[in-house]
This record gives sequence, C-alpha cells and structure tokens, in this order.
Amino acid sequence: MKDDLVIGGRPLTSRLFLGSGKFPSNRFIPKVLEASGAQVVTVAMRRVDTDFAEENVLQLIPKECLLMPNTSGARTAQEAVRIARLGRAAGCGDWVKIEVISDNKYLLPDNYETIKATEILAAEGFVVLPYMSPDLMAARELARAGAAAVMPLGAPIGSNRGLKTKELIRILIEEISLPVIVDAGIGRPSEAAEAMEMGAAAVLVNTAIASARDPVAMARAFGLAVAAGRAAYLAGTGATQQYASASSPLTGFLREE
Amino acid sequence: MSFFEKYRQYQDFAFADYFRSLGDGDIQRIIQKDRLSELDYLALLSPAAEAHLEEMARRAHGLTVRHFGRSILLYTPIYLANHCVNRCVYCGFAVHNAIPRTRLTLEEVAAEAQLIAATGLKHVLILTGESRKHSPVSYIKDCVGVLKKYFSSIGIEIYPLEEEEYRELVDAGVDGLTLYQEVYHPAVYDRLHPAGPKKNYAFRLDAPERACRAGVRTVNVGALLGLHDWRSEAFFTGLHASYLQNKYGHLEVSISPPRMRPHGGDFEPVEKVRDKNLVQYILAYRLFMPRGGISLSTRESAFLRDHLLPLGITKMSAGSCTAVGGRCQPEAASQFAISDERDVPAMVDMLYRQGYQPVFKDWQTL
Ligand code: SF4
Repeated sequence: MKDDLVIGGRPLTSRLFLGSGKFPSNRFIPKVLEASGAQVVTVAMRRVDTDFAEENVLQLIPKECLLMPNTSGARTAQEAVRIARLGRAAGCGDWVKIEVISDNKYLLPDNYETIKATEILAAEGFVVLPYMSPDLMAARELARAGAAAVMPLGAPIGSNRGLKTKELIRILIEEISLPVIVDAGIGRPSEAAEAMEMGAAAVLVNTAIASARDPVAMARAFGLAVAAGRAAYLAGTGATQQYASASSPLTGFLREE
Repeated sequence: MSFFEKYRQYQDFAFADYFRSLGDGDIQRIIQKDRLSELDYLALLSPAAEAHLEEMARRAHGLTVRHFGRSILLYTPIYLANHCVNRCVYCGFAVHNAIPRTRLTLEEVAAEAQLIAATGLKHVLILTGESRKHSPVSYIKDCVGVLKKYFSSIGIEIYPLEEEEYRELVDAGVDGLTLYQEVYHPAVYDRLHPAGPKKNYAFRLDAPERACRAGVRTVNVGALLGLHDWRSEAFFTGLHASYLQNKYGHLEVSISPPRMRPHGGDFEPVEKVRDKNLVQYILAYRLFMPRGGISLSTRESAFLRDHLLPLGITKMSAGSCTAVGGRCQPEAASQFAISDERDVPAMVDMLYRQGYQPVFKDWQTL
C-alpha cells in the first residue's frame, strides 16, 4: 500500500524530517540522511555559508532530498519573512520552516508572529511549515493563513524530554486537516514511534540524533521507529480502533429489529 | 528597574559565611538540579564546589551539546582606534601610557577587512578606546558601512553609548554588543578608574540594557578577572546575563571570562585567577544558564583553550590582533598581549580534530 505524505504537492516516502544544526560537521548530514531514509532536512538560513566549502549545506545535501531552510534567529514576523526571502534568493527552494522566537530562554515559538509570517509567505508562494506551540486556535489560524502543515513542539527544543505536550498534539491531530509534524523535544526513537502511533504525519528530530554517541546509527534507529509507529497507526492501535472497518460491530445487530 | 537594583540585593551579602555553610551534599544536589537559583549558582562558585569539578564538567558538556551542538562560532576583533581619555590602571591604551595613537582611515579599515575576509571569517567585533573626539559615533558608523560589505555580523566593543546612539549603529548594521563592566564592585571600580568618563559606573552598568532597547541581537558581558575577588565578580556577571535574558526575551546573551594579561602599564593583578578557577566559573555559569553563550578570547593559551572547549564554550576568537591596524602593520602597539597566536586555518583544524564544527557565519544582516 502506498502511504506517501504529500506536502506542497511533493510526495514523501519517509516521515522522518531531520534538523541539521548540531552535528560536528555538516558533512555528517548526507550520511545521516542515508541511514535514516529521511528526505527532508531543515537548515538554519543564518548558518548557510556558501563560501565555506566544507560546510556548505547547499552542496552537501543529495539532490533527491529536500532542503527546508528555517528562519532561526527571527524575533518578529517581519524578520522571518526577510530570512525566508533570502533563502529563496540563495537557491534554497520554496519550502520554509517558520521559526519566530522571542524567548531565548526556553526557545518557545511566538504563535502570533508566526501566523503573520505564514500569511505573508504563503501568499508569496512558499510552502510554509510553521513551528508552533500546540494550541488549537493558533493551528486553525495557521491553516487559514495557508500553512502546508503545522509543526507543534513536543517539548522545548534541545530538552530531549519526549512528548510533554502529547494531549495538546492529539487534539491538533484530531481537529486540524493539515499534516501535524511533531517538532522538537523527541529524545528517543520510542518517543518518535509514539508520536507516529498517535497519528502524527511526521516527526522532526535533530538533537537526539546529533548528540548521540553514534549519530549515524541513531539516525537509522529513528528511521525504523518512525516507520514502525506509522505502520502501527495504519494497523489501528488500541482498543478504541479495533473495529475501525465496521461502523458498529458490537451493536449493529440492533438494527435488525 | 536596572541591574544595579539586582546588584544591591546582594551588595551586603555575607559571601564568606554562605560559602562556609556549604557541604559536599549541597553541591551534589545542585549539580543535579534542572533549574538553578541565583544562590545555587553562587554555591557552584564556592571553594566547596572545587572538589566537584569533574561532575560539573560532565553535566556542563552534556548541556552544551544539547543546546548548542558540537559547533563553535569563530570571530575576530578589529581595533579601529586606540585614542583614549580614560586612565584604567590595567590597560595599555590608557591616556597616561606613552604609545603612538592612531585611528584607521576608512581605506585602512577596508584593507584590514579584506585580509580578514580572505580567511573566511564573517563575524567581527570592532573596538576603540574611549574618545568621543577621535572616534565619535559617526566615525564608527562609517566604519560599519565599510565592514558590512565584507562580513555578515558586526559587533561593537566601544565606550558606552546613549540608547539613541545604539539605535543609530543598529540601523547602520551593528547586531551585537560586547561591554565588560570590568569590576562589578562599585568601590573597587572607582579605585581602578581614577579619571575620565569611564568613572561613571552606573552609565556603564546599564549600557547593555540600553543596547537591548535599541535592538541589538546579542550582548556579551564580563568582568575582567584579577581585578577583584573572582568568585563574587563571576557571580555578578552571571546575574547580569540572566537579568538581561529575563528582561529581553529575544536576546542572545553570552559572557566572557577574560583574565588579566600583560599590557603596556605596570598594574599587577590583585588576585591570581588560576586555571582551575576559570574552569569552575565556566562550568558554574553553564549549569546556571544552559542556553547562555560563553566566549573565549586569545588571551588564553592554545593548550588551555583546547581543553576548555568541551566544557561549555560557544564562541572563540581566532587570528586575533589587539593593535590598531595590526594586521597590516605588525609593529603597532597592542592593548594587551595575546596568548593563542594560531591563525584561522589552525583553529579550524583544531576544532575538526576535537569533533567540533567551526562556524564562520551564524547571522546575516537582514
Ligand atoms: S580599558 Fe578601554 S577605556 Fe580603559 S584605558 Fe583601556 S581603552 Fe581606555
């Protein structure tokens, strides 16, 4: 069965997205992509240095993978918009992950500014994937503003604490028709699997892979976990979904009366 | 409220009594905490914590990798002018030192910039002494105009300005401020700054805050270690960083732990700050501010810098020169002697060998 995730018209076979920020060298990125099977990798525009051959991500990312520049460092919607435009001008494509953070202590996203940036960039033809705090009303606004997916945080960036916002993300998955991609906080493959079982469309992982003793092996583990979690979701996890195919398998007989 | 009020809360604090009250159990418990209070931070700066440096180091390393990854931002200073009206007793550029005084012309600034840009560096920090006559804000602005063509991020380490002046420089392309209070203890500060505008402690103390209001993205604060008791000075530096971070949420805050170096004057450090003290300071600050930057300059030796690297450092200077126009004219007078003389390729090499990514660009003027 084909189970592609389609975002911005692009079918993706892997539901693991990679963050690229914390490796000892960008030269790890191709290896990590290969080991995990991930096809989408996000790169901070602020770090893209096309003059530094060894670390130039634009050259290092395999052609079949998709580069998603992010607006890390943006403090306002305006700054995010400018960074996104710089990215497109630099040849980074149309995808952009919006990050607007006005709190550097916890790195929590500013949903309000993020919505504004999404609206402007979506109108300019960008495929916008906004990083957000998992709030239903904000997610609805993002959908209305033209986001291609929403990326709620599982826990603060770099905290490796797992799915602390699980119940809120569950609500987004139930209520929002866009793909919900869990971004940040996932510390282990089992947590990635958990998010996928719950119905997340994909997960984005950076710190947990980059800070592992063996990042390539950890990348492979995450690839497997995400695929397993997705398969479990499709198979119908948990008692509540055991009879997903029939409409009322236990009480349907009452209609016979 | 200004940071001075925060300072005053601890002004009469009995540091020695507090240090004496701490046992191994207290230190161990604090090291394992998720969020440290101000007094927890002070405890990690205590003599009692010296017995726990290895445990602190493990935790500091883990936190740094998690929040910053294995990467180090490289930057370099550019000295624009050494005219100075102050008499800081510890500085080679002080007005009473008979050294040749110069100021780079815009052509000379461009020549230095070219040499630096050829090494790949994209973050620079411009420095001047304090002389509103020789290096007025308008001159700094003109220099920024030149440097913008070569670099993606420009920081200033100059005399404290008014908020409006900071705004002018931010509009011109400056995104970072480095400003060391030098000494947080007001009476000692007063003694070490016998004359000149720098005598105004409060104006300097609040300068980072004025710069934040004017829109700088990064602020780096520090105390010059060796001028006064390092434990309390380290404490106030950390508190200053934390105060700014709490008040200006968007700010990327960092500290520097500079130690006194030989310089053109004859002032001797009041206190010897040993390597292990420096290590303790870096570790304690990392545990207190898991997301705060730590910048390490070429004041320290290559050997020490290589070993401090994994403990929490996030930025390092490279290919430094502390003389005005020193890259083009090697005989120029230095503000202080640098210790790590490695050039950029040597630093890049060292970082790769230690499993760290050298980062030349971590911001770009929008
Ligand atoms: S430390 Fe700065 S202000 Fe003081 S004398 Fe030196 S250059 Fe002048």
